[in-house]
Amino acid sequence: MRVSKRASVVALTTAVALVAAGCSGSDDSDTGKGSGDTANGAITIDGTQPEVGLIPANTTETGGGKIVDFLWTGLVSYPNDGGAPKNAVAQDIKTTDSKVYTIKIKPDTKFHDGTVVKAKNFVDAWNWAAYSPNGAQNGSFFSDIAGFADVHTEDPDGDGPKKAPEPKAKTMSGLKVIDDTTFEVTLNAPFSIFPTKLGYSAFMPLPDAFFSQTPEEFGKKPIGNGPVKFVSWQDNVEVKLTRFDDYNLDDKVKIKDVTVKMYQEDTAAYNDLVSGTLDFQQQVPVSSLAGDKWKADLGDRAIEAQIPVMQILGIPIYDKRFQNANLRKAISLSINRQEIADKIFFNTRKAATSWSSPLAPGHTDNDCTVCKFDPAAAKAALQAAGGFTGELVLYYNADASHKEWMEATAQSIKTNLGINVRAEGVPTFAVFRQTINDHKMKGIYRAGWQQDYPDVENWIGPLYVTGGSSNDGLFSNAQVDKLYKEGTAAPSVDAAHAKFAEATKIIDQEVPAIPMFEVTQQSGVSDRVTGVKTTNVGEIDLSSVQLK
Amino acid sequence: MGRYVLRRLLQLIPVFFGTTFLIYYLVWAVPGDPFAGKCGERPCPQSYVDFMTEKFNLDKPIIVQYGTYMKNLLQGDFGQTFGGRQISDLISDAYPNTIKLAIVALIIEAVIGLAAGVLTGLRRNGFLDNLVLVSTLFMIALPIFVLGFLLQKWLGVDLGIVKPTVSNPPSFGELIMPGFVLGSASMAYIARLARTSIAENRRSDYVRTAIAKGLPMKRVVGVHLLRNSLIPVVTYLGTDLGALMGGAIVTEGIFNINGIGRQVYRAIVTKEGATVVSIVVILVLVYLLSNLLVDLLYAALDPRIRYE
Repeated sequence: MRVSKRASVVALTTAVALVAAGCSGSDDSDTGKGSGDTANGAITIDGTQPEVGLIPANTTETGGGKIVDFLWTGLVSYPNDGGAPKNAVAQDIKTTDSKVYTIKIKPDTKFHDGTVVKAKNFVDAWNWAAYSPNGAQNGSFFSDIAGFADVHTEDPDGDGPKKAPEPKAKTMSGLKVIDDTTFEVTLNAPFSIFPTKLGYSAFMPLPDAFFSQTPEEFGKKPIGNGPVKFVSWQDNVEVKLTRFDDYNLDDKVKIKDVTVKMYQEDTAAYNDLVSGTLDFQQQVPVSSLAGDKWKADLGDRAIEAQIPVMQILGIPIYDKRFQNANLRKAISLSINRQEIADKIFFNTRKAATSWSSPLAPGHTDNDCTVCKFDPAAAKAALQAAGGFTGELVLYYNADASHKEWMEATAQSIKTNLGINVRAEGVPTFAVFRQTINDHKMKGIYRAGWQQDYPDVENWIGPLYVTGGSSNDGLFSNAQVDKLYKEGTAAPSVDAAHAKFAEATKIIDQEVPAIPMFEVTQQSGVSDRVTGVKTTNVGEIDLSSVQLK
Repeated sequence: MGRYVLRRLLQLIPVFFGTTFLIYYLVWAVPGDPFAGKCGERPCPQSYVDFMTEKFNLDKPIIVQYGTYMKNLLQGDFGQTFGGRQISDLISDAYPNTIKLAIVALIIEAVIGLAAGVLTGLRRNGFLDNLVLVSTLFMIALPIFVLGFLLQKWLGVDLGIVKPTVSNPPSFGELIMPGFVLGSASMAYIARLARTSIAENRRSDYVRTAIAKGLPMKRVVGVHLLRNSLIPVVTYLGTDLGALMGGAIVTEGIFNINGIGRQVYRAIVTKEGATVVSIVVILVLVYLLSNLLVDLLYAALDPRIRYE
């Protein structure tokens, strides 16, 4: 038996080594486990390393955006389950003509450094963000405000030898501080949805301390005005936050400390969640969705929430082949969305039935008639369009999991229209976006849209109005533009929504893009926490968290 | 010997400039505008793109960019990432973790691999020999991420005897599982290399002489046989150290280790040339120095090898 003895030596070394790892690995962290003391409790949630310093107007990616949303509270806030925004820092926002807004803020809210939030903190922050030499990623969000063109200039030939001219002014003429708690905003043109926009992170106030240091310094140690304040940031490891005890708005947090732990792989975070070392994961990995494995793993710790995100197919209308609305309609009608949602997404997506998310105020159910699956009508529309010659290519970025559903979509179109279709991956998102931005797409491509602020306007203006910031296909329809303009100029939000609904009817006839799926989010919590809700964009609502 | 070392060190200079320029150029040639995907489904404002392009000299020709980078590097300044972090901070945060992981992997693969190799080399064709041959074949064939996920799931999630991911900075104990995963394939190679080499030298004249002289078996194997048989293994271990440091991308991702593999992967995807080159500069140095060390070790193992 000598042989087996030696064999066991090799095996045993490995086993001992691995057990030793366990002993030293599990004795730290998890403080407060089972203590049940919410007021002193600490939780750990998943995140990714913010790409840039934490400055609201310069953060567009989700890793940093999530933390910015925890650290700051805006003029208005958005309810968790959708619906119209509520005043937060704002006392009231008044207008008579949808063009000049008088904004009064609550007098006694504070920044984390103890200074009072004043009207000028908003005005200064907005002017800084809009001033183009500062290069803020969210700079264009202020383009509605009068005087924006004076502070924001662009390189006349794109990326070439010429430089953008120095802006004429440093501040926008449309912003005026009346007194410590009041300021006035004048817009270029009436815009009825403007107050809704004010909860978006680009519009957060900045403390005086921001202007006495460089943006880089501030971004590493941000000072906000939200329910939690910044403690420390260890790059690629964690951001620590703690309750701001002077916070006096509705969404106070009950727990004390929050650690946002950075993960590179969502599967690593998921394994931590299942084994109980992580308290919240925003989106469980795709690999755990098959056969509802995540529900089996997590049991009643699984949370499912609808988020205001839609998957869309973009159409390059600048390409001659796609200029016939009947062809676009034919393609849309020929896709069996329900089958793809069932088979590829395991029902974590819902087949789209309208042009906006049901979470957007002003949304109309079932207003997308071309979202139906109707092969007969599709064939008829294709005939009306005079057919399609050549090959139709559907493009997607291959660095995220889009291959399966794009191929299924291509197959669906191919089978039901009888034309030659295939899906093709573009290696990276950067190359993919660059081709789209340069208007050089040679076929239909996947796109996604998450609303910036909850209103049906955000599903029309940026996407389908001439010159819209994300109107990548260069769709242009005079009637849509006219109705949209009437809507934004309407005296009330309800009147605006009525106009937007009319515009959507025309969009539905013209099919400038193809709505595919409404997205739901699958989150999980640990067994230490209770009552966890997610916000309107699917982040954890810190004010809802309690320890068991 | 002194001259040999000096000559080898001087060779580092052209290799250093050659590799860094090549890598700078390759990152630069990766298609895609680094700022095209930064703002999601919405193009970034031109003012932001202009600001960044100017800040990072991206509008200049590649040779000027590389020259500026090298000039700063020689003054000890690694530059900044697009996010405004000092690359030197990023490296000093991540490198110790990767070095620790590589050392743990190296120790595990050397100890287990050598033990298995020596045991089977001395007794070929037995049950143990076949077991090691089959299990090493299995380890070589098994992709590293499969082994990583399996161990993480079994030992971390299902049995709960280790934490699925490591803390920061990781302790040596926590790194044993990731180190085992990272070193698994090399472990199998080392076992096979050592086995063949031992089996070959087992029949050589000097071993027969040593046995005939009546030396105890322990001494024959430990001093005479092992010393000569270690040369191919040491060669492999030396180059493997460099490979372990650079190739930890998958392992670091699975176990959420804040290391160099993760950083370099992200920097390549976001086209941050300066970050990639800065990390690779150090990897190149590690490779070159560990190879030099291996060459010098030959003389210690086999006195017949001399350097001029």
